Amino acid sequence: MGILNKILTAFRGGANEVGQNIVDANSTRIFEQEIRDAEKHLTKAKRELTDVMAKEMQASREIDRLKRSVAEHEGYATQALEQGNETLALEVAEKIAQLDSELAEQQSANDSFSAHAVRLKDLVKKTERQLADYQRQLSMVKTTESVQKATATITDSFASSNSKLLNAKDSLERIKARQQQFDDRLQASEALAEENSDKSLQAKLAEAGIGEQKSNANAVLDRLKARK
Amino acid sequence: MNIHTIANHLNDLGDNSHTGFQFDCYPIDGEVEVLQVNVVGREEIPVFVSVTDNQVLCIAYLWGEDEVKQARRAEMFETMLELNIPMPLSSFAKVDDKYVVYGALSVHSSMQEIEQELSVLSDNCLEVIDELVDFLQ
Repeated sequence: MGILNKILTAFRGGANEVGQNIVDANSTRIFEQEIRDAEKHLTKAKRELTDVMAKEMQASREIDRLKRSVAEHEGYATQALEQGNETLALEVAEKIAQLDSELAEQQSANDSFSAHAVRLKDLVKKTERQLADYQRQLSMVKTTESVQKATATITDSFASSNSKLLNAKDSLERIKARQQQFDDRLQASEALAEENSDKSLQAKLAEAGIGEQKSNANAVLDRLKARK
Repeated sequence: MNIHTIANHLNDLGDNSHTGFQFDCYPIDGEVEVLQVNVVGREEIPVFVSVTDNQVLCIAYLWGEDEVKQARRAEMFETMLELNIPMPLSSFAKVDDKYVVYGALSVHSSMQEIEQELSVLSDNCLEVIDELVDFLQ
């Protein structure tokens, strides 16, 4: 069963009640142990792979050397034959036969190292994938648990402080109302500032005798006299 | 990275946040440490932050199952799924009987990224409630 399925099953089984864990602590520990084991296997396989690859390189160097040596001796044998020295040629041929058999041996060792290296590389890749998968699964379990516990913590905190999370509609309305109030206040203070600057301009104009003049007692008297 | 470094950063920001919001943080003690982050002016919908081994989780509660008009529940789910990708940085989820929006960040995130996450999450919350209010009782 996949880990998501386990988590869902635990949820639906009622494991989401406070105080009950999604996956019990023991199985989490077992899981963590499995991860550590896989990590150990991985380290071992990687070390082994390094060894095998080193041996493979050694063998291939040895093969090159032997091949060069065979070619060299073949040259010698040809030269001995050209000189008509059959005995020497035979001696060289024996040496070549010996080199050939060494070469075959090294070749087969090299093949076996190569095959082993391929197998180990596969193993390392597979173990790495498995390890990543284990770690992903463990993190899912731990996150689920952590969220559960965090929720319990939040619920407890709100219960003990006698405050409660409001329902969504009321919360939104309050926040909007506050925002509206803020906007209104901002607008009002802007309007006020504008008005004040208007007033100060009018005052300056009046002082300069420009614009609408304040009526004074003399003017009123003049007006009354004129009406008679 | 733990909730206290986040709390210190946000409380020290004052008016100098990159997002224009002010944050008030209150650590809540419990089996798992949780940081309650209030965005000033939006105290009704706090964001809760917890830090695990590999991620920083920011969760805001939308509404409870009891607030949902049960007859329109499926329609609400569909709307949530449709909004999930357009909604920046946050996703819908359900914890126990509560619907939430949440965002998850790497523990290697910068404080500025966390700040951005919190402000976007808070904006998303208001937007989502406004948008889905018809499904609520």
